[in-house]
Parts: sequence; C-alpha cells; structure tokens
Amino acid sequence: MNIETIFTLKSTYRDDFRIDGYRFGKGEKTCCIVGALRGNEVQQLYVCSQIIKALSNLEKKGNITYNHEIMVIPSLNPFSMNIQRRFWSVDNTDINRMFPGDSSGKTTQRIAAGIFDFIKEYQYGIQFTSFYISGDFIPHVRMMETEHKNVSLANLFGLPYILLRKPKPFDTATLNYNWQLANTSAFSVYTNETETIDESSAQTAVGAVLRFLSRMGVIKYQSHGGYMATTLEEEHLMSVHAKQGGIYRRIKQPGDEVEQDEPMAEILHPFDGSVLEVIKAPANGIVFFAHKSPLVLENSVVYKIIKRLHI
Amino acid sequence: MIEDVVSVKLPVMEQMTIKKNRFEPITKNGNEKRICIVTGVHGDELEGQYVCYELVRTLSENCHLLNGIVDIYPSVNPLGMDSIKREMPIFELDMNMIFPGSETGAVAEHIAAALIKDISGADLCIDLHASNIFLREIPQVRISEETAPRLLPYAKMMNVDFVWVHSSSTVMEATLSHSLNKIGTPTLVAEMGAGMRITKSYGDQLLDGIFNLMAKMGIWLGETKKVSHPIISTDGNVSIIYSEASGIYMPAIKHWAGISEGDHIGDILNPLTGTVEQQIFSPCSGIVFTLREYPVVYQGSLVARILGGC
Repeated sequence: MNIETIFTLKSTYRDDFRIDGYRFGKGEKTCCIVGALRGNEVQQLYVCSQIIKALSNLEKKGNITYNHEIMVIPSLNPFSMNIQRRFWSVDNTDINRMFPGDSSGKTTQRIAAGIFDFIKEYQYGIQFTSFYISGDFIPHVRMMETEHKNVSLANLFGLPYILLRKPKPFDTATLNYNWQLANTSAFSVYTNETETIDESSAQTAVGAVLRFLSRMGVIKYQSHGGYMATTLEEEHLMSVHAKQGGIYRRIKQPGDEVEQDEPMAEILHPFDGSVLEVIKAPANGIVFFAHKSPLVLENSVVYKIIKRLHI
Repeated sequence: MIEDVVSVKLPVMEQMTIKKNRFEPITKNGNEKRICIVTGVHGDELEGQYVCYELVRTLSENCHLLNGIVDIYPSVNPLGMDSIKREMPIFELDMNMIFPGSETGAVAEHIAAALIKDISGADLCIDLHASNIFLREIPQVRISEETAPRLLPYAKMMNVDFVWVHSSSTVMEATLSHSLNKIGTPTLVAEMGAGMRITKSYGDQLLDGIFNLMAKMGIWLGETKKVSHPIISTDGNVSIIYSEASGIYMPAIKHWAGISEGDHIGDILNPLTGTVEQQIFSPCSGIVFTLREYPVVYQGSLVARILGGC
C-alpha cells in the first residue's frame, strides 16, 4: 500500500487542504473507490476506511492479482468534514456539482478538476455518496442512465437492487455522470446512513465492493454470492408524500414489505401530540427509501416504494 | 393584490409561502401583456428588495398608468432570506440548481415547479440577482448566445451598463432563467451590487430601465427617463482573473474603472508572515466590471473580471 497526495491547496489560516489516496497493487489503473465528497458523509468515510483495512490485509497475503491497481480516496473534502459542514467550507458550494472541473477556474472547480484528472483513467469507478433528502435506502447501486451505463457489471456487487436514474439538469455536473462520460464504468453505492455510522450497512457495502473486485479478477477473495439484483428505474418508484407538517413517527423501515392501506408512518401535532395524519401505503410493495428526520414538512417525500406488479 | 404562489406547512406551526404582488390595469381587455419581476432566489442577495419596494410603491400610486399585468415576486426563497442563507435552508440546496423542479418531487423541487408554472406564459421575466458576498458587480444583464436574438432587444432597454452574452457551454441548465427560456418564456438575468447589501444608486438605475422596458412593451403608460446604451460583449471580450495564492486580497484598483494592461490589480498578503504571496497585474486593458469584495481568498478565488479581453 502506498499513500499519495492527489491534490493540495494552500490555506492561510488552516493546514493546507490535502486529498490523499491509498494505492494497492501495481499495473493497470483498474478501480478507483471514492468516499466522502461532502463534509457530513461520515458513513462513506467509514466504509472507505474498512475497505482500506481489508485491501491492506489482502495485499499482505499477495491476494491483489497481477497488473491491477486499486486506488481508494476516503475523503475528498476533509476541510468541510473537520468543521462539520456539508459543502465547501468557504463558499458552501458542492464539489459534487463541479465536475469535470476546471483547473484554472474557481476553487471548487479546481478541486474537482484535480480529482477528476487523476481518477478518470481508471476502468471502474465506485463512489460512496449520499442523497440530498434526509433518509435511509435499501443498500443499492445507482447509475446514471447514459449510453455508457453498464448494468451487467453493476450486478456483480451482489446488492439487492440496481437503480437507474435519468439524468436531470443538475446531475450533469456530478462525478458519477462525468465518470461515465470519460468511459469509466461508474457506480454509486448507497448505504443506510450519512452523518452517523451504521455498522451493518457499512459491512454490506464493504462486502459488495470486495465481491465486485473478486468477480472482476482484481483480488482473490472468498465471498458469499450476494443477491441477483433487481434493476429498477427511479421514475417507476412510487413516491409517498406527507400531507401535513409536524413530528414524524416512522413505522415502516427500508426493506419492509407493505400492503395497500397499511399504516407506514404518523405525523403528530408538534405541540399537543395528536395524530394529524396516518400515512398509508398506496400500493403493495417494498419500502426502498424512508424519510429519517424527526420533523417533516408538508409535501415531503417520506417513502419511495417498489410497487409489486405481480400482485 | 397579494397572492400566494406556493405554500408549504413547516413542522412547527408555521407556513412557508412564496408570495407575489400582482398589478393589473383598472379596465382589462384580456389581451394584456404580462411581465414578472423575480428576486431572492439566493437568500443572501438583497439588491432586488429595494427595486421591488420602489416598483410596488410606484405602481400602487399610479394604477391608472398601467396597461398590462405586473407580477412582483420579492422573495422566492423566503427562509433563506430570513436566515441570511444563500441556499434554501433545510435542504441546503442552491435553489437556482433545481429548476424546472417537479410537481411530484421532493419539497424543494415541488416549490421550484410551482414557481415555474406561475411565471410561464409571461411576455417577459426578469430574474434579479445581486452578486454573492464575495464580489461586487456593476448593473448588468446576462443572457446566453442561444437566447440573444430574442432577449438582446429587451436587455438594451434595461438601463444597465453592460450586457454579457455568454457562451451556451457555460449556461447552468438548472437555473430559473434557463428553464423558463426553454419553455418559451423569455427571461433576462439582471445582476448588480454585492451580496447582503443594497446599493440604492444601482437600484434606481435599474428601476428606470424596468419602467422604460415596460413602457416599450405597452405595459406602462407613465413617464420614463432616458436610458443609457449598454456595452454589449461576449465571453471573448471578458478576462477573468483568479487568485493563484491563498491569503488576504488588498485591491489596488477601483470598481468600474478603466485599467491598462500591466496595471497593478492588487496583492495577496499573508498576515502571519508579513509577505506578499502574489502580486496581481492586469493581463489586458479594459474596464473592471467585477471586483472582489470579500478579502479572504484561496487559489481559484475570483478577484476581478475585466471587459476588454486580451
């Protein structure tokens, strides 16, 4: 394992901004794994740390195969993480809306360019990221639906679901989208948490990445087979909206099966505790996403359901 | 008449409402033209507040001079404006990166879609911005090359100093203006001043332009002032100067002043070591239309934009 500095930026008042990567194996640039792009993506940082730990052990035993190089970059935004801000510490811009970046442009464009120029050479790209709405997902692999997408490769993670998202205008500056455009097979892996560590889903994510690398012949690793993934299109997920604002009491969790009209959550009056709304399942299905914050606004998407078509 | 555009119940006994003030002629014939003045997409941009106040005040006192519909949206990100945040609080989202939104999407997207729906079909929309807290801008209109044939005649009526026709490749696709232009509602982006500040002289200048524009569109029958002809420029004539060091920027030039190639623009200082980290010189001759307002810089911080090109 070699630790190398990928990008630096001088700071007047703090240590210099530095992005470090952990390199395993030698040879072709096979896979790059990217962790926290935002300062609150602690789970994503943790998952990368566990992957680095696992790859270190595999490398010591000679289990990284010939002519394959793996790069893991656990945090691309340590400045924001250290002051507990989600976006860039100075101007609050999102580095994940700056790709492919511009090496002579604005600060966050330069950071994005510095990262992207380094990682775009890799054959496979795996990003651990978070959603802009507070909530939990079933662990899944997410891909932008571009002409470069590779669903059959996404299956090799052995996670239960692959989600395809039709790019919206604001997606075109994300890492995943631009990685695909640069001919890297790019996958975003979503786990349960962002700001806190969920050990179970973190281990699921680590296992999925090791399974993928093993199946691609990059590492020698014994793993169980995982799932035969179901491929979903995001637009086919059924959104369930809150009709009231108030205190949110979640009943159904990601992965739970629900039947039509079954209570999924309650919204309580913030002062007297009375039930303002019982949110009921609009159809039979499986909970794919569930709102997490204890408070909820009217019209928030509180659940996304995989509708069971065969029932 | 004050109307609700979209409203959302917040968790604890509060309603978030985007409001507009609509002015209509006393007698309508059904064929009135409609103009929308929108501001406050970014909660830290306050220059539009004075413009809206003056517009509402003048129109309220002169309803008889109105021959069209004027919709004024003083704050489309009311929570951001109230909490001195550029983004939409709760979601931490730049509102100008989520248009056109989605009626069935998450709350922020739903709000964006409702706003688009309310404005769509107008004969013209002006999306009024200040700069952020880091930069100061002269009054200007920004339009893309793609929309220039349709929008440039309107932009010239706005009494701004400068119209920047920028390349289509730099257009942010998720902005309010892009989304409205895409569905056929002509939309100009006006920008002036600095974030968290109100520059009355700029506001007055733009107000003269808006009334002139409304008069030319047949919406306003009152008197208008003579407006100036803006400099019109493309990206090729704009030089952008970024800091190449981190530190404190001390300007050596004034805003909206002429500059010659090689002139000293300013220095980046290190207050701990007492050293000059970078001396910045102008790469071209021209006029400084954007100047850094906030002194702390990193490599890549925008220091100045010069109209003149290299």
